[in-house]
Amino acid sequence: MDWLTEFPQLPGRDLRLLSRTIDQYYRSFSRAYGDDIEAFFRPLLDFLLWFETLLQQTPWFIVLAAIVAIVWFASRSLKITIGTAIALILIGVFGMWEDTMSTLSIIVVSTLLSIVIGLPIGILMSRSDKVQAAINPILDVMQTMPSFVYLIPIVMLLGIGLIPGLLVVVIYAMPPIIRLTNLGIRLVDKEVLEAANAFGSSNWQKLTQVQLPLSLPTIMAGINQTIMMALAMVVVASLIGVRGLGQPVLQAITNQYFTQGLLNGLAIVAIAIVFDRASQAYGRRLQRHREAAHG
Amino acid sequence: MAETAISVRNLYKIFGDDDRAMVEKVKAGMSKQELLAEHGHVLGLKDINIDMPAAGIQVVMGLSGSGKSTLIRHLNRLIEPSAGEIVVGSDNVLDMSAKQLREFRRHRISMVFQRFGLLPHKTVIDNVSYGLAVMGKTKDEQRTGALRWIERVGLSGYEENYPAQLSGGMQQRVGLARALATDADILLMDEAFSALDPLIRTDMQGILLDLQKELHKTIVFITHDLDEALRLGDRIAILRDGEIVQQGTGQEIVLKPADDYISSFVREVNRGRVIKVETVMDPVSDASPAQGIEVPEGTILEEAARQMSEADVVNAQVIRDGRPVGQITMRQVMAAIATPVLKDAMAA
Repeated sequence: MDWLTEFPQLPGRDLRLLSRTIDQYYRSFSRAYGDDIEAFFRPLLDFLLWFETLLQQTPWFIVLAAIVAIVWFASRSLKITIGTAIALILIGVFGMWEDTMSTLSIIVVSTLLSIVIGLPIGILMSRSDKVQAAINPILDVMQTMPSFVYLIPIVMLLGIGLIPGLLVVVIYAMPPIIRLTNLGIRLVDKEVLEAANAFGSSNWQKLTQVQLPLSLPTIMAGINQTIMMALAMVVVASLIGVRGLGQPVLQAITNQYFTQGLLNGLAIVAIAIVFDRASQAYGRRLQRHREAAHG
Repeated sequence: MAETAISVRNLYKIFGDDDRAMVEKVKAGMSKQELLAEHGHVLGLKDINIDMPAAGIQVVMGLSGSGKSTLIRHLNRLIEPSAGEIVVGSDNVLDMSAKQLREFRRHRISMVFQRFGLLPHKTVIDNVSYGLAVMGKTKDEQRTGALRWIERVGLSGYEENYPAQLSGGMQQRVGLARALATDADILLMDEAFSALDPLIRTDMQGILLDLQKELHKTIVFITHDLDEALRLGDRIAILRDGEIVQQGTGQEIVLKPADDYISSFVREVNRGRVIKVETVMDPVSDASPAQGIEVPEGTILEEAARQMSEADVVNAQVIRDGRPVGQITMRQVMAAIATPVLKDAMAA
């Protein structure tokens, strides 16, 4: 009567066989196709490297001025702009400029990639309940599966380096933009949509003139979340060789360098706050029409 | 009555998954309650037949839940019917392909909504030119067309405002300008003025009537307000629980309500503004030659009474084409204006 006290499980031999078989199949798959897949991602890697080099080779004061200018034009807020300048100067003074540029480049590229892939998926989901029902569980897996678990097959397939790192970040960071694009479009006022229909709008006209503009605040919140999650993944990605602020943190963990870990951690936080405030202020500026002022 | 612009024939709408099969059960006599209890389907519209006059205002009146908003959405097929025909000109709207339907909505039929349905992220001018933009007109054509109608509805100076910055009445003027800008012959108005304050509502009714004198559109106007229906409607159809209970001119409905339901409505109406002099006049004869002031045929009783009291007379003759065709007395006018007690209404 063993099965009463202990869960009846498969014999250890079968379990070992199962995992060995799957592993073997996956290994032969990655041997057969790994190079092709790597070649497929090659343009992305080139772009990422080019962007990283650009940020690192350009004199620091030009990069600093450019970032401050972008933040100013996005937010039009003196407070946010000055805060950004101070944060960047402190990062430079404490010797984290190069690492910060690497991190910035991977965050920018992975966010762009997430938007380019996530936005159309979100739009598709909003158009069909079936698609939504099919994609939602995938997003749940992407968000809750411990990232170390999908690190394994990606490293087996592509080795360590920037591209697998980028993939890990994108997988983790993309769900919010998909979810919130879907939600935003579904929440668009039915009467406004009906009016667009009544005037004979095509699906494309409805999407570009009505649905996307009206769901923009929600989509912006999604992009904001995507950036935050990408930043949170920087340390994990450094495990598989992504340069940037994650690597000193990793080093600090293994060697118990408390100050080094703290400083680099704070640099990540500073970038996160800059991105967050600037993108939210930009989102608010796009919504000027909501400020009702009865005349 | 003038020629028919929109003809609705045997229209049924049943909400539910198996609506077409349910139409047969309703035709066989199943009631709305039985349909809901036994099959879980909701009867929206039942056997609707209306001929809407070209260049006239057809009002569809009913209380909430009567199916009036459902009915108007069938005319441009925002809602698909379960059975029936809707013929506009010589085209059956229900036979149109998706592409034909888009063209139909772009060029021949436009709509004004109860809660305005404006695009909150676009300025007034961009809202008004929306229909023109959808048609693919150039920026210049859009601007010219939009400015013309913005001026016509009295919103000049507000072109660059956003809808949220305008009052309700002004927002609905934007809605009206947007609908008129496409130059469609048919204008659907779904409780267009119901969300407005009473004074603004009267104001907007005036604007609509002024525009109509000039534009001669075929207007289908939905309302729950009988006074509004009587003021605007060349013809009125009254809807109850998805069925038409009476159709006719405002005067016909006030004078001969088809059942208790309608008489209970019309009891509160200002009859002096609806009933016309020819309805209550006596014919002229040699025995009783016409005397008093002259009022043209089609004058409403309230106006006739006002003219008689101003002239300090108690008689008036009704004039058609310059010749007297009848006569009325102040006593007749007053009797017709006074609300009949219920038993009279029931006898009628």
